[in-house]
Amino acid sequence: MPEGTASPEAEAIRIIALHKGREGALLPILHDLQSTFGFITPATVRLVAEALNLTRAEVHGAVSFYHDFREQPAGRHVVKLCRAEACQSMDGEDVARHVLERFGVDWGETTPDGRVTVEATYCLGLCACAPSALIDGQPMARLTPQSVDEIAREVER
Amino acid sequence: MTLRLFVPQDAAARAVGADHVAAALAEEAKKKALVLEVVRTGSRGLFWLEPMIEVATADGRVAFGPVGVKDVPGLLVGETPFSRSHPLCLGKAEDIPFLKRQTRITFERCGIIDPLSLADYRAHGGYRGLERARTLGASATVEEVVKSGLRGRGGAGFPTGIKWRTVADTSADRKYIVCNADEGDSGTYADRMIMEGDPFLLIEGMTIAGFAVGASKGYVYIRSEYPDAVRVMERAILLAEAQGLLGAEAGFDLEVRVGAGAYVCGEETSLLESLEGRRGQVRAKPPLPAHKGLFGKPTVINNVISLASVPAILANGAQHYADLGFGRSRGTMPIQLAGNVRHAGLFEAPFGISLGELVDDVGGGTRTGRPVRAVQVGGPLGAYFPRALFNTPFDYEAYAALDGLIGHGGVVVFDDRVDMARQARFALEFCAIESCGKCTPCRIGSVRGTETMDRIIRGERTEANLALITDLCQTLKFGSLCALGGFTPYPVMSAIKHFPEDFHRPRLQAAAE
Repeated sequence: MPEGTASPEAEAIRIIALHKGREGALLPILHDLQSTFGFITPATVRLVAEALNLTRAEVHGAVSFYHDFREQPAGRHVVKLCRAEACQSMDGEDVARHVLERFGVDWGETTPDGRVTVEATYCLGLCACAPSALIDGQPMARLTPQSVDEIAREVER
Repeated sequence: MTLRLFVPQDAAARAVGADHVAAALAEEAKKKALVLEVVRTGSRGLFWLEPMIEVATADGRVAFGPVGVKDVPGLLVGETPFSRSHPLCLGKAEDIPFLKRQTRITFERCGIIDPLSLADYRAHGGYRGLERARTLGASATVEEVVKSGLRGRGGAGFPTGIKWRTVADTSADRKYIVCNADEGDSGTYADRMIMEGDPFLLIEGMTIAGFAVGASKGYVYIRSEYPDAVRVMERAILLAEAQGLLGAEAGFDLEVRVGAGAYVCGEETSLLESLEGRRGQVRAKPPLPAHKGLFGKPTVINNVISLASVPAILANGAQHYADLGFGRSRGTMPIQLAGNVRHAGLFEAPFGISLGELVDDVGGGTRTGRPVRAVQVGGPLGAYFPRALFNTPFDYEAYAALDGLIGHGGVVVFDDRVDMARQARFALEFCAIESCGKCTPCRIGSVRGTETMDRIIRGERTEANLALITDLCQTLKFGSLCALGGFTPYPVMSAIKHFPEDFHRPRLQAAAE
């Protein structure tokens, strides 16, 4: 969020208003809120529910249903490793284990210094160049423990 | 002299360094005072050769690959850069055997044109399908799609034209065209390639659908794991709007909506729930989406490839498409070779090609060079095939007869190190992770199935537990609301049936854990 402008609440209200008139506005609103604030708080759930005339349970239900939406902030870098079959066939699980050990985290966890979150994903459509990952939204493929180490060094910087 | 180069911008090409190669080319050219024109294209789909760059010559486009940043100075040397004697030269792109033996209809332009140039799109035959549709009229357009024999490329294989006819025949104040671009099956990437490499094709297909059934609004629901596809589609829609090809003037509005990481949203009713702004829980059918779909209105919901096949069907006539194929599977299928396969890539061919030809001849065996042991066809809900079934023709009915499916055309190859009990366990675990929770067999059966498979892997009461899994799979198959629970038995039971040796293990000592 740009500093020194509106309060988080005012900013959330502004984002909600942007989408409010759209058909099926909930997902676009949640995506936008998460890309601005990094995660969805109970307070924002309340604002969204009020604006869309939904119950808080309905909004919370959507937030908790979809794997993408977070209720806690993620690390500064997000590593999404593919664990689906095509990547399994190219030793993706070995690469994944290497990454988890290197950062000392389990799936879905963030390093204690808040630098990196490692998440599992099931298919990035890069299956012809398996194993693959999405690192801060950038596609990476033909991963090996060595290439992952190089990426990790970048991320740790 | 200006050198005209084509460098793919497809996400998979970027994932293996295409952007770095493009940057290195620009830098090296500057050093050598060469004038380069670099066109960023989609991918041709020869992924083992990516980044594959092409150079325009008097004789057509000549390909080089896989090109790394370190190869760039060597490619731009001497009087004639991109010499055909360079070790990375692959000859004329069209003559590469993997491309040459394909029948590219839907992927005709992919990897060739600038995805965001409408001029390029038109110059390569774009919008001829829509023109012919307008000449034919709405109902004749629907009948043309029926006549082509096109069936749902998302996996269900339902005749696309019949869906359209149902929506066309249902009267309502508002109708929708929804494109299912929630391509979540492992081993598939055809939708992604089209959206990144030829987005106007999908726009044209959806516009034709809207015209044919009388819908004025369309949504493309793209999974969030495809950020590049989202970006390209959004940009393409703006460009089409600027030229009056979408929007009020065209009588058809199109919007991109982004999913949020739920595999089950690839199921059509769950996708509609998600579009409406709810948890992506499956709806019971009937009512069919064609009668009561998005916001309760008649809705055509088709996969990306189904919609992207329509412009060519209209442009060249239904018969041309229907003449290709096998049995009741008409036309071509973009088959995606993935995983542990030497020539991994997109192979569009008429239905009927055998699995063995795909894996051994086209695919060239495994990437690791070890023997092929199992091939999963049709994504995480598809069956595992042993070599003994390699004569199976690529056809909806042939795969169904073997308790499998062709799904969205993904083919994932495994070498002899694969542990089929682990793969069966994964199928159940995946179902548990992605279950929408609405029906009991899927929500609970998947969890109990994973636990039971763990016991089999530990060698505990193998026969009794296999009987339990078999029984559970019957319940999943016949008691689930949608394909997630209903088809999870395919990978599980095919693994048990064709690879029984992996399920009979010595009892693990508890201390060994």
